[in-house]
Amino acid sequence: MLDGIDFSLLALDSPGWGGALLEGFLVSIQLAAGGYLLGLAIGICGAVAKLYGGRVTRDLAEIYTIVIRAVPELVLMLLFYYVGTDLANRAMQAMGYSGFDIDGLTAGILVIGLVQGGYATEVIRGAIRAVPHGQIEAAQAFGMAPLKVLRRVTLPAATPHAIPGMANLWMIATKDTALLAVIGFSELTLVTRQAASATRAYFLFFLAAGALYLLLTLVSNLGLRLFEKRARRGLAEVR
Amino acid sequence: MTDQPAIQVEDLHKRFGTVEVLKGVSLTARPGDVVAVIGGSGSGKSTMLRCINLLETPSAGRISIKGEAYEMRSVRGEMEPANRKQVQRIRAHLGMVFQSFNLWPHRTVLGNVTEVPIHVLGVKRAEAEARAIAVLERVGLGDKRDAWPAQLSGGQQQRCAIARVLAVEPTAMLFDEPTSALDPELVNEVLSVIRDLASEKRTMILVTHEMAFARDVATHVIFLRDGRIEEEGPPEQIFGAPRSPHLQQFIRSVA
Repeated sequence: MLDGIDFSLLALDSPGWGGALLEGFLVSIQLAAGGYLLGLAIGICGAVAKLYGGRVTRDLAEIYTIVIRAVPELVLMLLFYYVGTDLANRAMQAMGYSGFDIDGLTAGILVIGLVQGGYATEVIRGAIRAVPHGQIEAAQAFGMAPLKVLRRVTLPAATPHAIPGMANLWMIATKDTALLAVIGFSELTLVTRQAASATRAYFLFFLAAGALYLLLTLVSNLGLRLFEKRARRGLAEVR
Repeated sequence: MTDQPAIQVEDLHKRFGTVEVLKGVSLTARPGDVVAVIGGSGSGKSTMLRCINLLETPSAGRISIKGEAYEMRSVRGEMEPANRKQVQRIRAHLGMVFQSFNLWPHRTVLGNVTEVPIHVLGVKRAEAEARAIAVLERVGLGDKRDAWPAQLSGGQQQRCAIARVLAVEPTAMLFDEPTSALDPELVNEVLSVIRDLASEKRTMILVTHEMAFARDVATHVIFLRDGRIEEEGPPEQIFGAPRSPHLQQFIRSVA
């Protein structure tokens, strides 16, 4: 079955496409990591807004999560990317600046982060609610300021409950980067398609891309397992 | 100013919706006093205790700690603290021991005890740890400093919670039924720690169901019934010669 496959096409230097593939892979990882971290930050803010916010912040967070989770991710990405850059350009022009060109990586991270944030909000909200209230109350009873309670008690105590959901979101983030191929990001999927159509070696390149995604997942799993072990210190013995 | 009360509560009222749980309660704890609060379930004793550090916001009344009254204001007919910073500052020295311990499970025993000194009071880590080790020795947990709360028995967890309070050098200690969640054989180890602290003339307010213990350590006993103080006085009088028929009946029922 492997006869007739020209593995030399995967060589790192031209005319091989290996180097281009790895560059695309690196872009994918950057997009996923940046988007995930942004999503995490949005998720923490969103969860806090929903749980402790006033009426207006609560409603805003609610609308955000409903929209994000109701609309297909591809549509959201197209929407954020085209409408978002358009609006930003117009705003800049209105303020007297000439339009600007948002750097592709930043735009991609923003797009993925906004989508991830909607899901992360719900994961983190659930995790915070799983923290027994007495632990938070004890911190308050010792005069800890609200933000410090969040940072020192609520979030660390919620982390073990958030890990399964947030690990899922990381896996989704790595694969969502492939959707950005539609907008024209030179991430792994787009580069793979270019390589495949230029050489007609579809089987080889898509197999190679699949292997790279799989590698990322396996390495991530390892890291997540270590992190979970650390976050669950002190809890392990009772389960 | 040595006679200034550590805790003074004047005409405290607390409503939850339309239910009035506290209907005008006053108490004074001078430095060194051990005030035991007894009463049946639903008498309002825990609510009263939780008003002292504003975990519950009083509906009316005045609470002062070391002569400093909480600044309150009225918003749409409901009282609320007017000065969050003041509340935090006062709370930092009112250590509370909860019925269900409420240790922080993601920190070790030592971490639980140094948390407030380091992160609320701004004590240097080395100093906070030295003090934490000393208070852990006092409550008999010197060898458990690196354990996680989940690895401790209930009695050990509660003693760790008491150490956590001692580490802030409290003006007064508030005990909210500290032995109610413990297995019977673990009650005594916690009571003996509290007894030790009482004998050092630490100011305490102790909500408890342990009548023999209250009689033993308290300098003053308050019997709450239906949100009011029905009877109060020195323990010999409350337990030896109760006047109110409800108190007589209460003492018989728990004896």
